[in-house]
Amino acid sequence: MSIALYRIDDRLIHGQVVVGWGKPLNVRFIVLVDDAVRASPWEQELYHMGVPPEIEVVFASTSEALARLPEWERDPRVGLLVAGDIDTLAALSNDSHRVPRINVGGVHARPGRSPRLRYVYLSDAEAATLRTLAGRGIEVTAQDVPTAAPVPLKDFT
Amino acid sequence: MSEPLRGVIVSHAAVAEALRVAVATITGVDDALVPVSNDGCDTGALAERLTAAIAGKPAVLFVDLPGGSCLTSSIRLARGNAGVAVVTGVNLAMLLDFVFHRDLPPADAARRAAEAGGRAIRVPVP
Repeated sequence: MSIALYRIDDRLIHGQVVVGWGKPLNVRFIVLVDDAVRASPWEQELYHMGVPPEIEVVFASTSEALARLPEWERDPRVGLLVAGDIDTLAALSNDSHRVPRINVGGVHARPGRSPRLRYVYLSDAEAATLRTLAGRGIEVTAQDVPTAAPVPLKDFT
Repeated sequence: MSEPLRGVIVSHAAVAEALRVAVATITGVDDALVPVSNDGCDTGALAERLTAAIAGKPAVLFVDLPGGSCLTSSIRLARGNAGVAVVTGVNLAMLLDFVFHRDLPPADAARRAAEAGGRAIRVPVP
């Protein structure tokens, strides 16, 4: 398996991703799936700034990610895929059947969401989407950093 | 005389507040720096905190790391705004220098602070 972590994190590439997960997993490429970032070279440059040179960053739209998932999974290097919202990862899961597990790493407060964990706020619809994904056999847990215990889906939805 | 620059320390966890307190303790200047933590923030919430801290005034944003959510949010706010400059790798030495040189334009103050912070990083021979 070359995508070691499929993560939902609305901060996208940041310290927890690059250092917290990237170091222990020995990540060598990060796939950032976000349609808006994919369309903006300036935003891509911003996210590149936080990544050491030995880690490749791939920017993909949702449709590009769907097409390239098999390629990334064949990559001998360890990869990490991050999307900013639940719907994006749900789309990748539903249409590819290639996502075995989902790490909910950071979904923060917004209107319509309620607190579930310190770093997870969900609307009822988002919680239902995660339960649907789990019902299809995907292991969904919340875990901000690898040294924390993963929280089972039933404990935050 | 124009209003002195505001320094906004942007950090993970409580680093920003700790640095603010340290500067006030050492210098007695307690109105130059505003701490902003990214705790519990997505990018939108952090942008709101930064906007409130800057309050439309000329400012230098002192960011803890040269990447990540603190930096990306800071640079988005500074983009196209000559009144806001960004420095990364904040340390106590650069802040101590900054609080006494707040009459400079933001970009000049940022460069000066970066030089002061860099000079403080040494490996002394015991």
